Amino acid sequence: MAIKTEPVTINLGPQHPSTHGVFRLRVTFDGEVVLDVEPVLGYLHRGSEKLAESRTYVQIVTLTDRMDYIASMSNNLAYVRAVEKLADIEVPERAQYIRVISAELQRIASHMMATGFLLNDLGAFATPLMYCFRERERILDLFEMLCGARITLSYMRPGGIYQDAPEDFWPALDRIVEDLPKSIDELEDLITNNEIVLTRTRGVGTLNAEQAVDYSVSGPILRAAGVEWDLRKADPYEIYDRVEFDVPIGVDGDNFDRYIVRVQEMRESVRIIEQCIEQIPDGPVRAEAPFFIRAPEGDAYAAVEGPKGELGFYLVSDGGISPYRCKVRAPSFINLTPLREMLIGGKMGDLITTFGSVDIVLGEVDR
Amino acid sequence: MTWAHSGEAAAASINEMVPGAAVEYNETDVWILPEHILAVARHLKSAEGLDFSYLNALSAVDYVEYFEVVYHLLSLRRNSSLVVKTKIAGRDAPAISSVCSVWKGADLQEREVWDLMGVRFEGHPNMKRVMLWEGFDGHPLRKDFLG
Repeated sequence: MAIKTEPVTINLGPQHPSTHGVFRLRVTFDGEVVLDVEPVLGYLHRGSEKLAESRTYVQIVTLTDRMDYIASMSNNLAYVRAVEKLADIEVPERAQYIRVISAELQRIASHMMATGFLLNDLGAFATPLMYCFRERERILDLFEMLCGARITLSYMRPGGIYQDAPEDFWPALDRIVEDLPKSIDELEDLITNNEIVLTRTRGVGTLNAEQAVDYSVSGPILRAAGVEWDLRKADPYEIYDRVEFDVPIGVDGDNFDRYIVRVQEMRESVRIIEQCIEQIPDGPVRAEAPFFIRAPEGDAYAAVEGPKGELGFYLVSDGGISPYRCKVRAPSFINLTPLREMLIGGKMGDLITTFGSVDIVLGEVDR
Repeated sequence: MTWAHSGEAAAASINEMVPGAAVEYNETDVWILPEHILAVARHLKSAEGLDFSYLNALSAVDYVEYFEVVYHLLSLRRNSSLVVKTKIAGRDAPAISSVCSVWKGADLQEREVWDLMGVRFEGHPNMKRVMLWEGFDGHPLRKDFLG
């Protein structure tokens, strides 16, 4: 006798540990299979773009910290680059090197979070996450040496950085750069060939290259799908054209590829930092830029390869001390577009991992 | 290095395909008439030598006399970029065709523009607010919005 069944709609979130923030998914299930998903966002919407219109160009740096709060350095960098492009400010070489070092450290910290939470979502509760947090914690200590803050850094300024790195920063950085490859090896020993991880992530939540481009996704998800697109190579900013590194890409575009791309990117980041330490020249770290920058009328778009993807700022100036419009191209937000494509037809348990592998930060999604 | 596709060349190519669509250009940007957006989008995506298959960012700016919708396009294969802009007059019910059928990446971004700037995208499969709740009065990013 056939048993009568009917679809069930469940609210996942907004207060649910697996959503990594205040995000809500309305999911319709047929038993264990996902029939439909509807993301509901905006719980953390603070109107950052509107707030930016009534602040000076330097003050807005603090607003950018609070977007992707896992990777404040990258946000700072993307924003100050847009201002520098708009107001035509030259940045001293030493400042560019320190910016790249801090942005790459931030990438490692952010990817550590993504990897740790992937394991958390798979059911390996807290232990692998703590391994990742241990490394992230050491990087945050470095940031504390640079600017006194650990999360909301506001380290960069249009025209350079807030202050030069202190003397004891460099030996501490050397130690971390030496230890990080070992820690990543340790992490890979635990995860990469783990039978449970492989069966749970291989072939799950796939997004192929064509779909990835069509849905405008960027960052590790795009590269996991096999598209070799990294702004650091495609459109080198700061001093990325003076360092050697590879762009890791995946084949299948599944959850496992996203994980492995992130791990390899951490290794490449270490390589970049090592070369920066060798090359960094002496000199000033901040150009002579006025506190009240008056950018000429016009618009400018500048983007960096953040840990989550292409993070861009589109600034429009009317000649005043605040931008007329400050639009953020937020990778976390746009990477959510193909969510239906990735989740529908999958299983309930895989929904959590796939959603986690997109690696979003709600501060950036909602702004 | 991503090179900026010349606005002049893009305008010429657009006008050949959709006569009279491109009205203005500079080195990097091209301005088109809003009623032709869908035809222009299809052309920019598929034409040989343009190949803008990646919609990088979609935003809108409120210039009080008009709204400007801005499309930042990328060609990953040729590593080039182009900015397409279009001016929409009127503050009561500004609207333009959705480009969701050309670039699926426009989905959430068009909803965001509708939500915060109040420009409606006709033909969008799910034209609902995204950040704020349905029933919210006004569109916060407009210059005449008083919170």
